[in-house]
Amino acid sequence: MEERRNTQVMNRAALTKRVVGKLTKQEAVIGGIGNSNWDLWGSGHRAENFYMLGSMGLAAPIAMGVAIAQPERRVFALEGDGSLLMQLGCLSTIAAQAPTNLIVIIWDNGIYQITGGQGTPAAKAGTDLIAIARASGIASAHWAADEAEFDALIDRALTTDGPHVIGARIDNEPGKTQTDRDPIRFRETFMRGMSTKLV
Amino acid sequence: MLSAAESAPSWHGIVRQALKDNNVRLVTYVPDNVLRPLIEGCHADPYFTTFAAAREEEAIGIVAGATMAGKRGIVLMQTSGFATLPNVLASLVVASQIPVLMLVSERGTLGEFNPGQAIVCRTMRPILDSMGIEHHTLSRLDEAAFIADRTMRQAFATRWPACLIVSPLIAGGRK
Repeated sequence: MEERRNTQVMNRAALTKRVVGKLTKQEAVIGGIGNSNWDLWGSGHRAENFYMLGSMGLAAPIAMGVAIAQPERRVFALEGDGSLLMQLGCLSTIAAQAPTNLIVIIWDNGIYQITGGQGTPAAKAGTDLIAIARASGIASAHWAADEAEFDALIDRALTTDGPHVIGARIDNEPGKTQTDRDPIRFRETFMRGMSTKLV
Repeated sequence: MLSAAESAPSWHGIVRQALKDNNVRLVTYVPDNVLRPLIEGCHADPYFTTFAAAREEEAIGIVAGATMAGKRGIVLMQTSGFATLPNVLASLVVASQIPVLMLVSERGTLGEFNPGQAIVCRTMRPILDSMGIEHHTLSRLDEAAFIADRTMRQAFATRWPACLIVSPLIAGGRK
């Protein structure tokens, strides 16, 4: 079980592409506010993607709602460390309900990149978000040591019962592209995606 | 056989029936004493998936996600919990036009003993009004079924969040 400090620093855009590249069963993906969203947007359009334009911290709860509504479909939340820090209680709620089809990926660069790179209190204190997830009652919570292990953790999350939490330390690079700002269209597209029967 | 007390219409029984009539199966809440009979009734009824969230905005996110994926839901909370919600209501639920239902037990009025609650209470309807979120107050048993059912029905028909407020007039409030 790795600790955060022993993990390699990776790149969010590259890892997001790796995740999306592995999705073959119309898995839902909820992109958290800002960079998490933008790199999801940059990884190619899917009807099963929902882009959160506000409500910082709610990517995991939204994904959990989708997971509860559709237990047959796997559901990902892509969330930043600063965002999750705002809503740590959701880890207990996830653990308590234990939706087996939910996967939360934490992109951890220790900063609020989008607002100017200010450090998070968690980074200053050495808070380990994966350890918090595990202590919240989510047994499958792991740091990815490197890209190979990240791939392996995603594969495991796609084939075994969760909930799973996967932490990836990432660099400070901002999102490469920006989403449209069209929340009603995002909601309509996503609802259509979710109403399509799984094949 | 139900006893007379059990079979008499109650605000919480009426709300539970309205939820069923509108196919609302997910009930999330941050607990409140006044809401206890509704929460316990939902827990006891296998029609509903009922659980507590750690915070009201988290519950809004869960219900928003479930609603988009085809399972309608409601968030139960007290007045002070509602007061934590403006950002997520504005930037997620209203901006995306997701019909998330809310039910708030009204504290801070009609005999409130806690000054903090009294001030928070005054923020609730202005917040809802500022976002154009329709809200109706359950204050009489004879109107409750109509108000609850129609509020839910309109929320789903118009794809817009809505809020039911449970007045001390109907629920007794906290003494």
